[in-house]
Amino acid sequence: MTKRHVECGYLPLVDSAPLIIAKELQFAAEEGLDLSLVRQPSWSALRDMLALGHLDFAHMLSPMPVAMSLGLGGMPAQIDALMVLSVNGTVIGVSADLNAKMQATGWRNTFDNPRKTATALFASRSKPLRVGVPFPFSMHRLLLDYWLTRDPGFQSDHVEIITVPPPQMAAAVQAGTLDIFCVGEPWGSVAVQQSEAVLILPGNAIWQFAPEKVLGARHDWVDENPDICRAMIRAVYKATTWLEQPQNAPLAIEILTRSQHLGLPDHAIDPALTGDMTLKLGDAPKQIERFVRFHGGAANFPWRSQASWIAQYLASLHNLDPKDADTVARRCFRSDLYRSAIAALGADLPGASEKVEGALAQPTAVASTRGEMILGPDTFFDGAVFDNHRLFPPKK
Amino acid sequence: MFAAAVMTVHKNLKILVVEPDQSKAKDIIDALVESGWSEVIVIATVTQLDRTLQQQNPDIILIDLANPDRDTLEHISVVSQAKERPVAMFVDRTDEAMTQAAIAAGLSAYVVNGLQMDRIKPVLETAIARFRLLSKMQSELDAAKLALSDRKTIDRAKGLLMRARGLSEDEAYKLMRKTAMDQGRKVIDVATSLVTAADLLQ
Repeated sequence: MTKRHVECGYLPLVDSAPLIIAKELQFAAEEGLDLSLVRQPSWSALRDMLALGHLDFAHMLSPMPVAMSLGLGGMPAQIDALMVLSVNGTVIGVSADLNAKMQATGWRNTFDNPRKTATALFASRSKPLRVGVPFPFSMHRLLLDYWLTRDPGFQSDHVEIITVPPPQMAAAVQAGTLDIFCVGEPWGSVAVQQSEAVLILPGNAIWQFAPEKVLGARHDWVDENPDICRAMIRAVYKATTWLEQPQNAPLAIEILTRSQHLGLPDHAIDPALTGDMTLKLGDAPKQIERFVRFHGGAANFPWRSQASWIAQYLASLHNLDPKDADTVARRCFRSDLYRSAIAALGADLPGASEKVEGALAQPTAVASTRGEMILGPDTFFDGAVFDNHRLFPPKK
Repeated sequence: MFAAAVMTVHKNLKILVVEPDQSKAKDIIDALVESGWSEVIVIATVTQLDRTLQQQNPDIILIDLANPDRDTLEHISVVSQAKERPVAMFVDRTDEAMTQAAIAAGLSAYVVNGLQMDRIKPVLETAIARFRLLSKMQSELDAAKLALSDRKTIDRAKGLLMRARGLSEDEAYKLMRKTAMDQGRKVIDVATSLVTAADLLQ
């Protein structure tokens, strides 16, 4: 049987692991796909290549398909999210200088307290905080905004958001261009090693179950090639099942290091996959629970409620009609296609395609096809609950 | 061959090129100036772009598709408060062939002042032609550099084998080639392993 050749674009981040494993451990080949991974220099370039048909699939920041479908940014196009590739996996860090000022306010870095950390940030601020994110349409941007705007001391002129490509984040901190940043691994750990940055929070301290990367494809192409899409979803699903097992972590690190897709040494990949993060140069690593999730807790399911959350946040940032944005976004997250792909594997699927985001403080059993599904925790740091009937309050 | 009327249209367009490589930047400027645009500005990175936009007020920004600074430019185009903010030209995809040609040549362009496609088109045609030429030269240069470094590695490996096993140069190469074929590897990979192993054992 000849395999169908497909091209998937990605950025060299640890959370592209599901795609690399799908290729290297032959999960894609088992599904009849000859998967070629094409490294991209920036999110803009990846987006253009996907929109213009030079790529079939892409490793995308979860807000990208929604933003593109809403017409935001340089290359609007109808893009679908076929599945979630990873949940969480980002870190927030500050420059050594800002860390010292925050310490002087009496704050101690416990790496788990968004409220006290935000208070210390604003208390040590003498001019607007320059905040680095990897792309304007990224979960990083949304999480930082969600966190900082909820501090009682926040005013819009207190922060300035700057886009810096992940590999350049460390250099920007070093050069004093940034005071604080949110970035995916390994670039947070690299910033600690190279620029004496200090990690102050994992992204999951803001939202415990934030969809980070998704598998994107053009809507029209998906309509024309549903079987190829289902095959790709199954290949990645098998890869994430494999990746999630702790005993596979050493081999996963070895494959990611050797496969040349990332071009990163093993000590850069190790922290994200093991959850052992070094917060400050010279400190002992700290074990972070659920630092990144590739599979467990139905991590791969493209929940329509996640699309709603993203859409309504983008609508509030870019002055769009929230109801219209919501309608468009919910069509992007293809829980229908995901179900039909995964059902063939006999895997467990949730009973509903949306949930109340932020409602589960503990891992909780929910209704599913095989009755084995456990979701959560998925709370927001401020305890807010997002059900789709209650839209975001207007931005301050 | 363009009519004089087109040349006068050119005069007003201000073009900003983001390009860290000085010689490449100069080459692009030359091509644009030759074709009738005299107002071409170059910056190496987009870190000062906000200021440059305010001071220079360009009509079009040209940037290599592979330049990682594109995400920063993208950000400015989305959130800039300035009146003249860059908007990706690809918003106007009425000319699909031109868009595809730009992508194939590795060029991305941002249009600042809401110019019409017919005014941008000649600039893009010139830039696309030059980008094609540059990327062809670059890939040839990369291929030549790689071939040269491969040859050095293979020569070193041959030398190691000649000394260790008392072989002639020809025999040493044949041995490496046979090993490579037996193992389904490339000669350069066998040579690299040999050189690495020898360095480790020193």
